[in-house]
Amino acid sequence: MRIKRYGVGFAALAVASALVLTGCSGGGASTPTTSANTTAIITTNGSEPQNPLIPTNTNETGGGKITDNVFAGLVYYDEKGAAVNDMADSITTTDSTTFTIKIKSGEKFTNGEEVNADSFINAWQYGALLSNAQLNSYFFEDIEGFSYDADSPLTGLKKVDDLTFTVTLTAPHADFPLRLGYTAFMPLPAVALTDVAAFGENPIGNGPYMLAKTGAWQHNVQIDLVSNPDYTGGRKAQNGGLTIKFYASADASYADLQSNAVDVIDQIPDSAYQTYTTDLGDRAVNQPAAIFQSFTIPGRLPHFSGEEGQLRRQAISEAIDRDTITKVIFEGTRTPASDFTSPVIDGWSDSIEGSDVLKYNADDAKALWAKADAISPWTGTFQIAYNADGGHQGWVDAVVNNLKNNLGIDASGAPSPTFAQVRTAITDRTIQTAFRTGWQADYPGLFNFLGPIYATNAGSNDGDYSNPAFDALLTKGSSESDTAAANKDYQDAQAILFKDLPAIPLWYSNVTGGYGTSVSNVHFGWNSVPLYYEITKN
Amino acid sequence: MAGYILRRLLQAIPVFIGTTFLIYFMVFALPGDPIIALFGDKTPNPAVVAQLRAQYHLDQPFVVQYLIYMGGIFRGDFGISFSGQPVTEILARTFPVTLRLAVIALLIETIAGILVGMVAGLRKGKLFDGTTLAISLILISLPVFVIAFVAQFVFGVQLGWARTTVGEGAPTIDLILPAIVLASISFAQIVRLTRSSVIETSSLDFVRTAYSKGLGRGRIIPVHILRNSLIPVVTYLATDFGVLLVGATVTEGIFNVPGVGNTLYQAIIRGEGPTVVSFVTVMVLIYLLVNLAVDLLYGLLDPRIRYVK
Repeated sequence: MRIKRYGVGFAALAVASALVLTGCSGGGASTPTTSANTTAIITTNGSEPQNPLIPTNTNETGGGKITDNVFAGLVYYDEKGAAVNDMADSITTTDSTTFTIKIKSGEKFTNGEEVNADSFINAWQYGALLSNAQLNSYFFEDIEGFSYDADSPLTGLKKVDDLTFTVTLTAPHADFPLRLGYTAFMPLPAVALTDVAAFGENPIGNGPYMLAKTGAWQHNVQIDLVSNPDYTGGRKAQNGGLTIKFYASADASYADLQSNAVDVIDQIPDSAYQTYTTDLGDRAVNQPAAIFQSFTIPGRLPHFSGEEGQLRRQAISEAIDRDTITKVIFEGTRTPASDFTSPVIDGWSDSIEGSDVLKYNADDAKALWAKADAISPWTGTFQIAYNADGGHQGWVDAVVNNLKNNLGIDASGAPSPTFAQVRTAITDRTIQTAFRTGWQADYPGLFNFLGPIYATNAGSNDGDYSNPAFDALLTKGSSESDTAAANKDYQDAQAILFKDLPAIPLWYSNVTGGYGTSVSNVHFGWNSVPLYYEITKN
Repeated sequence: MAGYILRRLLQAIPVFIGTTFLIYFMVFALPGDPIIALFGDKTPNPAVVAQLRAQYHLDQPFVVQYLIYMGGIFRGDFGISFSGQPVTEILARTFPVTLRLAVIALLIETIAGILVGMVAGLRKGKLFDGTTLAISLILISLPVFVIAFVAQFVFGVQLGWARTTVGEGAPTIDLILPAIVLASISFAQIVRLTRSSVIETSSLDFVRTAYSKGLGRGRIIPVHILRNSLIPVVTYLATDFGVLLVGATVTEGIFNVPGVGNTLYQAIIRGEGPTVVSFVTVMVLIYLLVNLAVDLLYGLLDPRIRYVK
């Protein structure tokens, strides 16, 4: 959090001084400039959505950037990741299991239809139904009635009146309201479900922006959004619209930024890591994001279970020089990890018990490894599997060199040509090495970094980690109604992870980006996406 | 002549079936499950994966998948991409862009290449000849992405003469810079081909005869020398047009041209079988047609070449 607040303070200062400066120089001619500001179109980078623009089927950033701006859910996330009511008037619960949700009256989709309880219930029912095969269906798995085995309606959703409905979960989840800002929980107008394919091409939403016209999505080129005059929530657009240009490479978008052909980009190409801060000056952005990078060592690998496994995992973690790797290989665009979550998340701490194993300590690493050898001598090669099409080779080589030099063992990277290949081997458990893992948070809560990955039998528990004490703390945290108490439980749970190290934390990815001279008030949200609605054009 | 064309077209049918089968098999044999990759670093529920596999027929054995795909093609249905668009629509959107880019590049390299090559050939051994030789050597030895990045930085970012990337609707003016980059390497080849061919033709008897019967250079050079020097150049140009049409992945990527090469690259990365196979199939057909056109062009340029039925 600390790092981020500095960044925000700086940006706020810059914006404030910019406002003062323009105020001084604007003088008498300010009226036409101001009116031009609110109609100006902001351009930004994006990528061609991989799926139709249905919120429950959008799980990647290319589509998410569009759906998050075209739709408005019950809550939205502010810059720091706090949930603020958007369509919701109130979300209340007494037991963290049943939630009563009241919707603001008078909210409309851009086709004039009212946003009511049915808009949410029907959208969620559609998203959860097995045969609809929605990529985000797992977001509904905590709601009563959800099933992966057969088509089954969400019996936990009950309409009370036009603007009120209740959600019943199978177990207490105090952070459920926090999840509701994620794309999967957006409402849909009735017309969406009559022809999903057509809707996915020309979505009708209720968010701060709407499609400029039918066919505004020009595939592989760009999508044109204009501000939605009927939107009344906290994300009211301060500009006339948003054009998201689809780039095949980060290099192309960076060249466009340099020639002022695009206003804001949220990705700096590797080739410009060394130069972008000098190229852009104070218009360069580099701040931690809600992305956690690690590599997972499955417990089924020989030598990596029980006490021997704990010692070896700690030795490996202490043998990695995270500071140097993030500086030299990533040019400071990664931040060394100090826990299992991310510094942008409320409740993050860099002083959890046991987090010392993330500090580089070659001597201790060697001693720990020797201790493990006393239990059972090490044989073979330690390998880290990664996909060669994702630019991972540099850091994997650096990490295995650390292990070779500091532990005196044979270690190497194990590249697979494609992402699909390595993910398939991980998913069907045929992989026989450690492997690269990463997690980008769906919603800004500590639980999202822990529950889905390390809880027993959790969906993305690729290393098949299981520790009852850890599970118990997660359950306890989920049922706490007080956020601070819950965060304490999640920190205690991480103390267990630091002993067991099911995955070796490496670093947090930063969001790197920049903006042109013609725009101001550019802030990046907790999820690394710029808050487009705030941006103004000079 | 007509019989020859017909026979060549009939030959295209087995080639068409063979290539689609091979490409389909190669995409099928790609390691890894594209559906699992759709979920990124998150591990999907097996039931959801099974549903999606069934939706794209990926749960069927290879031969069944191939037959379903081929059956679709004969009904004009080339399949659907993961983002829900018919592949025919993607083809219809990207090919015109690449076609325009290819035509502009071809025009640039033809006009500039033949002119420079001819002058160099006529002034063999002079300063101009030496300079073009050096420049063409440099152009041939530079990888295209170097030329593209330098051109983008110098003309796009620093001088601001051209757009750094291709804008909405791919206006022709935006395509000129990428076309020049694409043309640069072929330009060097054409210069050298034209030059050597012009030198060879200039020393032939009929040219000397033309000079001695008193014809001016203004007639001898274009009509007698150039026309007879063009056969190897035309062959090269035609095959190069084929290459340009099937897309220039690297250049299209750097200038963000929404063309064939760019789209195909993304589809391969995502393992989108129908898109990859349909694109490659259309490319194969284009290549076959261009080759046929080249063979027919020979006959027009050199009356000595005849086609047997």
